[in-house]
Amino acid sequence: MTEQEILQGLYDRTLVGDAPAVLDLTGRGLASGMAPETMLFDALIPSLEEVGARFERGDFFVPEMLIAGRAMAGAMEVLRPLLAQTGATSLGTFLMGTVKGDVHDIGKNLVNIMLEGAGFQVIDLGVQVAPEKFVAAIREHRPDIVGFSAFLTTTMPMFKANINALEKAGLRDQVIVMVGGAPVTQEYADAVGADGYAADASTAVRRAKELLAERRAMAGTSS
Amino acid sequence: MHTVLRSRTREVVIGHDRPFCVIGERINPTGRAKFAEALRAGDLSQVVVDVERQVAAGAHVLDVNAGVPLTDEAELLAAVIKLVQEHTDLPLCIDSSVVEALSAGLAVYQGKALVNSVTGEDDRLAEILPLVKRHGAAVVALANDETGIPETAEQRLEITGKIVRVAVEEYGIPVEDIVIDPLAMTVGADTDAVNTTLETIRAIREAYGLNMCLGASNVSFGLPDRHALSAAFLPMAAAAGLTSAIMNALAPECVTAARAADLLLGNDPWGAAWIAAYRARRT
Repeated sequence: MTEQEILQGLYDRTLVGDAPAVLDLTGRGLASGMAPETMLFDALIPSLEEVGARFERGDFFVPEMLIAGRAMAGAMEVLRPLLAQTGATSLGTFLMGTVKGDVHDIGKNLVNIMLEGAGFQVIDLGVQVAPEKFVAAIREHRPDIVGFSAFLTTTMPMFKANINALEKAGLRDQVIVMVGGAPVTQEYADAVGADGYAADASTAVRRAKELLAERRAMAGTSS
Repeated sequence: MHTVLRSRTREVVIGHDRPFCVIGERINPTGRAKFAEALRAGDLSQVVVDVERQVAAGAHVLDVNAGVPLTDEAELLAAVIKLVQEHTDLPLCIDSSVVEALSAGLAVYQGKALVNSVTGEDDRLAEILPLVKRHGAAVVALANDETGIPETAEQRLEITGKIVRVAVEEYGIPVEDIVIDPLAMTVGADTDAVNTTLETIRAIREAYGLNMCLGASNVSFGLPDRHALSAAFLPMAAAAGLTSAIMNALAPECVTAARAADLLLGNDPWGAAWIAAYRARRT
């Protein structure tokens, strides 16, 4: 296979969520001396972006997005250590979790897929994540952004509880806070003092990039 | 086993020998931004529209949820329940995860309501069951606990056993007033989700004979042609022992599927209701 054929194959097979084929092509690419970055940025990420765009248009559905994400995740397991070696930097680190008392994870998982597909390093803490667990994970991983997901009007107040915990731990200024979930609105996000909100997975990625760019520009001007 | 729900003037009986109980899900602001905005602004007019449409579509019970962020949910839920009861004599399912809202809703409700919901979590049982007992209501109990959503039917059956024990022995709630939610998850995220739900329904029916209710629309989340999937799911679940569902009563194929299940499972003798519905449509 030529390099072009491998890239095209990675793009096409990720798009249809064919995890074994994506893993196989990743191996072939590495064996033929292709750079991990090339496969990531010229095939996997564009493919996931297309998945997201189709999902947003209503042409793709939840299972298709999940299997595409799984196919990409399989390739990333192989590529991630190599990318770290070559010093290729991710867009940023995104720490994610569904808040305490809430077990809903489909929406969160879709956002994770899109973030990873866009080039973020995503650390997922799962569901029922207590404020102290977010605090500990922020200390450990030093993410650029932390995302709180809630599906219930009764668990949304945990956003505020989490933000209070970050403030108490002296971490609030070090991390961008994004919130989301079915009942969440921009107004609610503003009310609890979050930095960002998005209504769907694709918008979440765009918003995350914007917030990160703003934060880095500010850091640049102040230093 | 019969779970009896009442409004001031009408009685609805849920049971394995009764027509499948259609609980209309529409009065719920989650995912309905305009409706949520109107409720927050104190405009309840859409509620009346939703009541009338679901009654006309053949709902037996109406679920009422008023979970709008940044509002006093207790006050809002009570106001919505009062309004709904002015416009229909169907019994209601009072839906909130906020204990104060359930309490306020039960306080203004006339009749015997279905409370939606409690879980197998110790603190939820301790908060909600006394309310259910005090008001003589029935209650939907989700077969999950502190550890999250159990993946297997065995685990869900075990939690059901705990709920029944606590509700009956500690709070004196009649066993027929416990309606178990065997948990319907989206098949779009887990290929075996519906198999697990059906297995749970069969196990609970066999072990306890209880009535069961679930959110039927969950099954088709994230998939196209949702109504067709729900319409296929409902008769499967009814055959396994599901006796009611909180569902889209405004999708005719879903309601028709439930009515067809009644006839096919022997709960519509001689097809009287089925034929009457056909005749009504023709005229």
